[in-house]
Amino acid sequence: MTSTASAPTRSEPQAVPLHRPVSTALHRRPRLRLGALLALPLTWLVGLYIFSLALLLITAFWLVDPFTSLVRPGFTLDNFALLFSNPAYVSTSLRTLGIALAVTALSAVFAIPLGIFMAKIASPWMRAVLAVAITLPLWAGYLVKIVAMRITFTEEGFFNSVAGLIGGRGPGFGIPIVILTLTYLWFPYMALPVYTAIRQIPVNLFDASADLGAQGWTTIRTVVMPLLTPALIAGSVFTFSLSLGDYLAARFVGGPNSQMIGSIIASNINLNPPVAAAFSVVPIAFVVIYLLVTRRTGALERM
Amino acid sequence: MPATDTTAPATTPDAPSSETAGVELRGVSKHFGDMVAVRELDLTVAPGEFFSMLGPSGSGKTTVLRMIAGFEDVTSGQILLDGQDVTAAAPFDRTVNTVFQDYALFPHMTIAENVAYGLKVRKTPKTEITARVGESLEQVRLSHVADRLPHQLSGGQRQRIALARALILRPRVLLLDEPLGALDKQLREQMQIELKQIQREVGITFVFVTHDQEEALTLSDRIAVFNEGRVEQVGTPREVYEYPQTAFVASFLGISNLIPADLARELAGAEGAISVRPERVRLAATDASMSAAETSVIGTITETVYTGPATRYIVTTDYGLTIVAERHNDHAPDDTAPFHRGDQVRAIWYREHAALVP
Repeated sequence: MTSTASAPTRSEPQAVPLHRPVSTALHRRPRLRLGALLALPLTWLVGLYIFSLALLLITAFWLVDPFTSLVRPGFTLDNFALLFSNPAYVSTSLRTLGIALAVTALSAVFAIPLGIFMAKIASPWMRAVLAVAITLPLWAGYLVKIVAMRITFTEEGFFNSVAGLIGGRGPGFGIPIVILTLTYLWFPYMALPVYTAIRQIPVNLFDASADLGAQGWTTIRTVVMPLLTPALIAGSVFTFSLSLGDYLAARFVGGPNSQMIGSIIASNINLNPPVAAAFSVVPIAFVVIYLLVTRRTGALERM
Repeated sequence: MPATDTTAPATTPDAPSSETAGVELRGVSKHFGDMVAVRELDLTVAPGEFFSMLGPSGSGKTTVLRMIAGFEDVTSGQILLDGQDVTAAAPFDRTVNTVFQDYALFPHMTIAENVAYGLKVRKTPKTEITARVGESLEQVRLSHVADRLPHQLSGGQRQRIALARALILRPRVLLLDEPLGALDKQLREQMQIELKQIQREVGITFVFVTHDQEEALTLSDRIAVFNEGRVEQVGTPREVYEYPQTAFVASFLGISNLIPADLARELAGAEGAISVRPERVRLAATDASMSAAETSVIGTITETVYTGPATRYIVTTDYGLTIVAERHNDHAPDDTAPFHRGDQVRAIWYREHAALVP
């Protein structure tokens, strides 16, 4: 090999500057450097993400020819008016909102005590097991989990069989099972930020609170909860918005009368794209309102 | 056990601040799994005393403090507060309060809310809370930061707020867990004086945990020196410094010349190993005369260390014994030292200044 021979010469100081035209040009032009860095993500964000959303919004104002069922470009507010005038659409929106809020509340109620246990009480081994147990559902496909819930609660499923032994009936498909299924799906998104936030609360704040006379519940209310607020908001944005957009849970474990916004969008996507587009603005509006409300409470100001 | 007129501990937050209590530990042990943090500890802290628990980290001092506060259960033994057994009482049912090592201020509450917290959870009337928080902040001279959040304060300010938050409840015993550990040296010395003043003002028992021997000596009425879950010695600062009862105490508090038993017997007729403080050792020429009450060794100065107020000489004898002698620099500032590295000298001390350390 020549490397042994060339090694000594390589260590000598090099007087001749290296010729690297691209690096030199980039070094002289900071804006060009920034442009190169952002080219890909910006193409993605603007070209695909915002562009497709804009198209969706525009479609919501288009018309459908009543005779040919063809979509015609134009401008009408009828599609949006329909959201308010059709009682089925209004009740579906409200039902979806209720389900999303219930999923969020249920996730938080499970996540807080679990997080306190994991972060402050469990042994490191137990903590690792629970962390895996929480994230494990994320490894399984979304449909797999819905089917699992369907099998559990179906007519000949586990709960009906067990309840049947004592002459009763298990819970059938319906809104409560939809809420349960969606909580099952989105729980990790709430549990992880909450657990992380609780872990970051110094243990001696619990000691200090007890030392100053507060019992467990008072400590949770006055110390833990305020420090958890940002994590709860972060987690709830996921559970809330993901629930608002879901329709497969309603379809497979919802039974009758449990249509969600997604169900209506899905059924209109071919028949009447402008109505589907108008309806898909509703969950976006709910999320925006939700974020504005959390901002108004001032929960984030002291963070 | 002294007769007490106290009602249940939880209902005495409004007791006058002059009320104080002693702490007694009887045969207290604490195990964490297989690890023994505290072994069969007996300790009595008198009412109104400034009592320090001094020791290296892992010696069990903080565990003892946490057991007195109620944050840790005892494995066996009893803890008495003012003569009452509180071994099984929850932290919120004990009339003690704690100043934590890193202050443990609630980050989402203002300074005033932090100080008010204890009163608020006790459902104290609002007007009284306002008045007492005001007084409390006044006491630590921080009224002007009442509306700030803890992270906007300096370390020293946070320390004083932690003190105010604990003292506002008028505890009978205040527990302090290395409260000055996070401060720089100058601020620490200033806070030591302040702590001492506050303790005199409120007149309650302070139980103070520290690993800093100088801090313990400066502040305490009495010191318990901890080592490996046991108390090696309890006494006034002078007692533990001048008359250490064990080699550990001698070496943990300040610098100590430990002379092993056989050599001590030969040199000074001592009955065991002895400890001599460097400032008790004087250096002289090898042919210098000395009194009958003195002992000496001859050696070579192998190192001199100038520390400002004093100079330390490290003298090594032919048989490998090292003696540190300290000489005050009380001569003229530009005076050259009379001894230098490499000089043959005689290191001399009074036999009565040596403590027997079995």
